[in-house]
Amino acid sequence: MKVTLFVPCFIDLVSPQVGVAMVNLLEKLGHTLEYPEKLTCCGQPPFNSGYWEEARRVARPVLERLQNAEAVVIGSGSCGAMLKKFYPDLFAGQPEAEAAQALSDKCWEFSEFLVNKLGVTSVGAKFPHRVTIHDGCHGLRELNGKQPIRKLLQAVEGLELVEMKEAETCCGFGGTFATKFPMISTAMGEVKCASAAETCAEFMVSNDSSCLLHLRGLMDRTGQSLPTRHVAEILMCS
Amino acid sequence: MNTERENILGRIGEALRLTAPQPGHRDPAEPLRTAATAAREWLPVVEEQTESRWALFARKSVELKTTLVLCDSPSDATTKLLEIGRAENWQRVACHGKAAAANLAASLGLPTVNTTPSYNMAELESCDAGITECDALVAQTGSVLLTSRSGGGRALSVLPPHHIVIARRDQLVPDLPAAYAQLHATYGGRWPSLIAFITGPSRTGDIERILVLGAHGPKKLTILVVP
Amino acid sequence: MSSPLPLSQFKRDATRLSADLTHRERLQTAMGKYQASRQPQQAAFHDWQQARQVAAETKWDALNHLDVYLKEFEKNATARGTRVHWASNSEQAREIIVDLLKKHGAKSVIKSKVMTSEEIHLNALLEKLGYSVVESDLGEYIQQLRGEGPYHFVFPCMHLSRAEISDLFTEHLGTATTHDPEELTMIARRVLREKYITADVGFTGANFIVAETGMISITENEGNARLTAALPRVMISLVGIEKVVPRLADLALFLPMLATAGTGQPLTCYNSMYGGPRQPDECDGPEEWHVILLDNHRTRLLADPEQRDALHCIRCGACLNVCPIFKNIGGHSYGTTYQGPIGAVITPHLRGVQDWKHLSSASSLCGACTETCPVKIDLHHHLLQQRRNAVAQKRGGLEGLLWKAFAFCMNQPVIYRTMTKMGRWTRPLHRWIQGSWLDPARAWTRTRELPPLPAETFKDFWRNRKG
Repeated sequence: MKVTLFVPCFIDLVSPQVGVAMVNLLEKLGHTLEYPEKLTCCGQPPFNSGYWEEARRVARPVLERLQNAEAVVIGSGSCGAMLKKFYPDLFAGQPEAEAAQALSDKCWEFSEFLVNKLGVTSVGAKFPHRVTIHDGCHGLRELNGKQPIRKLLQAVEGLELVEMKEAETCCGFGGTFATKFPMISTAMGEVKCASAAETCAEFMVSNDSSCLLHLRGLMDRTGQSLPTRHVAEILMCS
Repeated sequence: MNTERENILGRIGEALRLTAPQPGHRDPAEPLRTAATAAREWLPVVEEQTESRWALFARKSVELKTTLVLCDSPSDATTKLLEIGRAENWQRVACHGKAAAANLAASLGLPTVNTTPSYNMAELESCDAGITECDALVAQTGSVLLTSRSGGGRALSVLPPHHIVIARRDQLVPDLPAAYAQLHATYGGRWPSLIAFITGPSRTGDIERILVLGAHGPKKLTILVVP
Repeated sequence: MSSPLPLSQFKRDATRLSADLTHRERLQTAMGKYQASRQPQQAAFHDWQQARQVAAETKWDALNHLDVYLKEFEKNATARGTRVHWASNSEQAREIIVDLLKKHGAKSVIKSKVMTSEEIHLNALLEKLGYSVVESDLGEYIQQLRGEGPYHFVFPCMHLSRAEISDLFTEHLGTATTHDPEELTMIARRVLREKYITADVGFTGANFIVAETGMISITENEGNARLTAALPRVMISLVGIEKVVPRLADLALFLPMLATAGTGQPLTCYNSMYGGPRQPDECDGPEEWHVILLDNHRTRLLADPEQRDALHCIRCGACLNVCPIFKNIGGHSYGTTYQGPIGAVITPHLRGVQDWKHLSSASSLCGACTETCPVKIDLHHHLLQQRRNAVAQKRGGLEGLLWKAFAFCMNQPVIYRTMTKMGRWTRPLHRWIQGSWLDPARAWTRTRELPPLPAETFKDFWRNRKG
């Protein structure tokens, strides 16, 4: 299948290894990849801040650049929700409404794409470690994506999955919320990190690198040494 | 404030000129379901057999800390009530004019306050127990359904520290929809001014979410069931 | 009577409390208990999700034909001797209440939990006019003694420890110190017993208005509302117009859902439906019963079809209980009558968008509230819409410019690329200003490290591998 990648800006800049892992994995599964290099941001930050006109300005080129794609695979639950769920809202009543709906129908968050679209759970990965999952809220609730990441990790050889008590509790990132209300965001992150630590896991894995960015920053400050990984990185381990 | 009535209804009418989207992205062509008719399908399941319904009611009673006493006969009920009264050292009880409750109260041989239209609230407050009848028992929730008519007014079942309910075996209904159906059948058009589902003795969790019984209403609820 | 600067009050209190570990611990424990009792009750439903959908459909019908059902309620209630009043706003509701108290020569009022009375600041007014007003719900009574509003509209004093409550009782009631919740409850029971018997007027709210039978339904655990509705000779109920359900039997679904979502009980201890004052063949109950239907800007929310479903709310408080924001900042930080997600959605409608829009921004939009809501209010999406509406109404000066610039840059792949490069070059310099007032990322770096920027972006990788 011809797969068009949407690599979120924070992965592009901060965690490019996640994008690389996705490329390698999808190619290993025999798919042809395409990456429109001119893509930048999906428009979620202004959208979430209430600036929908500005969000549309950012989103229009995305609509255009992805219009001919067969399947769009997105490297984060958050941007996935933006393209799949919120573009139709953002463009409701606009000339692009139809295009937004058409794009929505072919968008997949990465782990959801593997499991629900391709029917793949085992990719021959090996990762002999104790792992806990952080559910990103957008992936979990907007995209209903609780299971795919679990199915993928359960099929990894040697991996021991241990759920944390607060798996479904928001980590406190929330995009611009993290800087508009930093102390609330931090408190929420602390609750999450404490819950992850309780599991004695060696890694915290998620399908949303934006949450991990916040949690990583928090743990680096407090000296908590729980490494964070995107699920794609685990799937490329052997 | 008749003008405010018109103002508010006017604003509502104005507001409703635009219809809100339907809940849960349902097809607007489908008729809306109503809680009244569709509730039973989705509420906790209650089995068909009378025995399992009683078992459920008994289980709920334990969870709720209601004392359920199954009696062989009205005289057995009297005996059991006497035991409770002696154990709690009752001095005075209250009841209402209905036969079963009044007879039961009389059999105790204690001073009795009857909630007649001229009863005294302070006297009722000084009673150790209030004895009432009821409309139904609800298996699904372990509730007693009573009204101001079957329960001797509004205060009798809530003011004294121990509420005694005398019920018949055939008064058990399976679930809340059945209880409402019965209310309609019994009272439709001539409603009593109070209908109450009483589900266990009064309680609170306001202090550190720790359960305490007898917050303002009865500390104890005892249901005596006679054939 | 909104405080002059709701935003600064919110920021101050939320910042202080989110760093208060004792407070956080107490909330997490209480909410843990709530979850533990709720889960089995919800699981006992044959199908909770379908039950939610049916509840939402019933409320949709009620709200989208609100005028019809209110008139039906009025007709049926009046036929049974109930006096129905209509109040457009707080002032009118207060006036109706004070007039009634005067007419009956009342001196004392006993109240069961009435959130609408918090909305119209009734206690302060009545106290100023010299009436004795006593809250009878244990949690509300405690809060009244403290001189504070409820902390949570279902669990009013959940932020207090038993030791604090004991000290409060010692101070106000002269009772001995005890850390036994049962003894503390019995102290309040004794004090309030007398108040019920001597009060002239009983004041209640309502959880539901039943159009079909002209009744109101009150849900409670303690029995205080039942006593309030049984003993005093006059009863007044202040009820929001949105509380309507069409049929009496609709309660067969709503009562257990309210109990499950609200407190994790199969059914709350007392669910009482009142249909009129004492009837001719009855032995007790109030001689007069007045129901005041309160708008207080609910029609403003009704006029917004996109967010109208927020009026479906049955005030179970579940959205607060699962909200990670609430669990860190607590109830008082909101500065509103209704806290948590539902409060953040409805307060801007009830009290003004510009003053209260910060509540919608103070959310990570995680959606836990929407997922838990028993009547399927689309809470977190409403917060998102609220942000949009607030901007449409009044753009933020600096923030507006910032997003304009953001949109401009993101639209030019060349600028995006240049900026990422510049970011990487200047990144090493950041540590010199980190955390200082010069640091543009201060809001982030006060509590978090900035991530290191790898030498190669994904775009670089892609370009290089294409060769």
